Amino acid sequence: MIEELAELVGHHPLFDGLPADVAALVAGCARNAAFGPGELVLAEGGVADAFYLLRRGRVTLEVHAPGRGPLVIETLGPGSVLGMSWLFPPYRWSFDARTLEPVGAISVDAACLRDKAEADPAFGYELMKRLGAVLLGRLEATRIRLLDLYGHDRPD
Amino acid sequence: MPRVAAVDPVRVGDSVTIGVSGLDGLVRELAARGYKTVGPTVRDGAVVPGPVSSVAQLPRGVHDEQAPGSYRLRHEGDDELFGWAVGPASYKGVLFPAEETLWRARRDGQDAGVDEVRDARRPLAIVGARPCELAALEVLDRVLLGGPVVDDRYAARREGAFVLVAECGKPAATCFCTSMGTGPAAAASASVSPSESRFDLAIAEIVDDEPGASDERPDAGAQVSRDVRVGPGHRFVVTVGSERGASLLEHVAHVEASAADRAARAGVLARAAAQMGRSLDTDGLAPLLARNIDSPRWQDVAQRCLSCGNCTMVCPTCFCTDVDDVTDLTGAVERRRHWASCFDLAHSFMHGGPVRSSAASRYRQWATHKLSTWHDQFGTSGCVGCGRCIAWCPVGIDITEEAAAIRASDVEAAGAGQTRGER
Amino acid sequence: MIAPTEDAGRAVADGAATGTGAFTPAPYRVVERRVETDGVVSVALVPDSGEPVAWRPGQFNMLTVFGVGEVAISMSGVPGEGRLWHTVRDVGAVSHALCGTGVGDVVGVRGAYGTAWGVEELDGVDVVVVAGGIGLAPLRGAISLLARRPSGRGRLCVALGARSPDQVIFAEDLEIWRELGAEVELTVDAAAPGWTGSVGLVTAVLPQLSFDAGRAVALVCGPEIMMRIVARALVDRGVAADAIRVSLERNMQCGVGLCGHCQLGPLLICRDGPVRAYGEIAHLLGERER
Repeated sequence: MIEELAELVGHHPLFDGLPADVAALVAGCARNAAFGPGELVLAEGGVADAFYLLRRGRVTLEVHAPGRGPLVIETLGPGSVLGMSWLFPPYRWSFDARTLEPVGAISVDAACLRDKAEADPAFGYELMKRLGAVLLGRLEATRIRLLDLYGHDRPD
Repeated sequence: MPRVAAVDPVRVGDSVTIGVSGLDGLVRELAARGYKTVGPTVRDGAVVPGPVSSVAQLPRGVHDEQAPGSYRLRHEGDDELFGWAVGPASYKGVLFPAEETLWRARRDGQDAGVDEVRDARRPLAIVGARPCELAALEVLDRVLLGGPVVDDRYAARREGAFVLVAECGKPAATCFCTSMGTGPAAAASASVSPSESRFDLAIAEIVDDEPGASDERPDAGAQVSRDVRVGPGHRFVVTVGSERGASLLEHVAHVEASAADRAARAGVLARAAAQMGRSLDTDGLAPLLARNIDSPRWQDVAQRCLSCGNCTMVCPTCFCTDVDDVTDLTGAVERRRHWASCFDLAHSFMHGGPVRSSAASRYRQWATHKLSTWHDQFGTSGCVGCGRCIAWCPVGIDITEEAAAIRASDVEAAGAGQTRGER
Repeated sequence: MIAPTEDAGRAVADGAATGTGAFTPAPYRVVERRVETDGVVSVALVPDSGEPVAWRPGQFNMLTVFGVGEVAISMSGVPGEGRLWHTVRDVGAVSHALCGTGVGDVVGVRGAYGTAWGVEELDGVDVVVVAGGIGLAPLRGAISLLARRPSGRGRLCVALGARSPDQVIFAEDLEIWRELGAEVELTVDAAAPGWTGSVGLVTAVLPQLSFDAGRAVALVCGPEIMMRIVARALVDRGVAADAIRVSLERNMQCGVGLCGHCQLGPLLICRDGPVRAYGEIAHLLGERER
């Protein structure tokens, strides 16, 4: 079971190329998770006690606005990491996350992984580098979207 | 007894001597053959191309003084006809007018008929273009005729144009044709265009006190004008570049150039080369500029540059144009093309705004286009060393000085061995 | 002195839709007009006489609205359909006038000009197409041809970015391409509630496409910033820089390399582009005000 999970973890882009023993370390905190379409996976303000390595299906990050319904900030697909707020206190979700379709994921226990990272700084640093790269990519993409490129795009 | 035309036919490659009246005869014969003759004339205090039907209209005794930001004519009262370097307007404007109408269209309800506008196809004869100006026309040939689509208007004017080159004896302080390989001799610019002959006739003016071979020639029945005085020793050594140039010469009195005449011509050209006011080191210049796109020097020149575009207007190779569609109340439309300048903000305009909004980027575009990317685009330099952009820049920016400054600060200068000499 | 006659003949053969000078537009007629989205209109043109110009996807025509002016617009149709489709965004005087034309109106056409995507070279190759906004228009013909390659002749993956779902052009084509076997991922910058498609930058959907990066060719068209980001993401994924083709844009006025406006360093975009390999021009995109 742990071996299978370790393999799945190692195949996820976040942990791509991770040595098998380190993948097993992560897998020790992980379990399989499945969601039906339209399920709320994370709720804004909720305790960020786990995050998800998406394997199948898409999830929307949303924020609810009175009278406007859920506003989609970003859609995360297979290969994405769902949930970042577990990294930093006070460990509360900033947004809602809802499945658009059936979703298969690996759920990772946040406290478990944080403890392992604290105990093994080399692993912790590797983890932070990988998550940092994901965050940087999201920040860059968000900044580009702020430019509203397609609002003033191709020629006259 | 000197030989005359009737005795021995002139051949391409020959060197012959004619007098001032012989030159006059050439101009008149060109007009008689139906050419529209254009040559140097004095107008508004400058030597500029204008209609020339006889030697009397040439800038006799006129000399120019040029410096960065300065151009002045001096009238000395002497007999020299080509004793000046270059004026602000090149022959570009004759073959590639500053403004022309491309077509007219009429809208009739939902119909539109488009009629091309063409000028009369009277062949053109350019009389007295400098070697650098001939080189400039050959650069324009590459740009406007050498690509997948040609400018058929330029082609129509250029095709069959007769070119009489006046080799340069009096370069200005702003001149650097020797650096660009375009002068002062007509043959010097052979690098530009591999056409079978680059000019029809090239003349070198010799003014000295020695009696020349030509002043004692018989008239030989040629239609030589008599209203122009031939000074002793004032003569032209003619290099024959084409069959039609040779045939033209048959109509005027000429003799084979003597060894003394040839030596005199060589002396004129050697003195001109030695007097060249400026120089430009072209060794590896194109890649050098390409790798110095971020040089601080561009900011430095931008402190002086007014973005007025004068350099582009006087440049004999600048070819950028805009079109405007002009309408009238009857529904008629015409599209007019006119010269444009890369110093104009609108030149690089896209829907979001100009690409080159700073003066530094616009000067850099102009200078790097001339000296670097022109090679990429057209296989030749865009600069012929005429120095007009230096003289006619209101603040005296000197392209040779800017290029030298960038060379001096080139970060890769030490290791530039591999790239130097590429072009 | 020179031999311009030969060259002039070449111009007439290659350059002009009219059979006359390179600068003279031929009268075409609007035979169909479609509003794609707010401010984006497609017009189909047929010549008043003769056949429409032959063209390849990626190329452009110069379109004249008589009395207003001329503008470079890529063909957005499929070669051989007998009419020339152009999809125009209403952003300037000429494009505004083009968007306002109706069936039966006359539009002047010169073309076809510029380099093409090179679809004919892509038999048996995985192709990933990335388009942003109206950048899909010059790619529509290429995608349509690639989607119709016989099966087994390479995968076709299409990633589309748009401002919002209602700004997606050719929405019905996306379904047709999917039915023909293409993977098509659409993502928008912002969407109203109820949108079940993706929200995010176009690079975010690239990982979901199954092309073989090491042997794929990418065709990219959109705003220059978007093309730079997409090209870097594709290189990160393992696509060779020289296998990424981008469609460049500068101020085009003559369309035939004679007016000097569309220079980008050593390139005249109308003559040497618009389609170029990213590997060749990446350094030019990085230079400010070039």
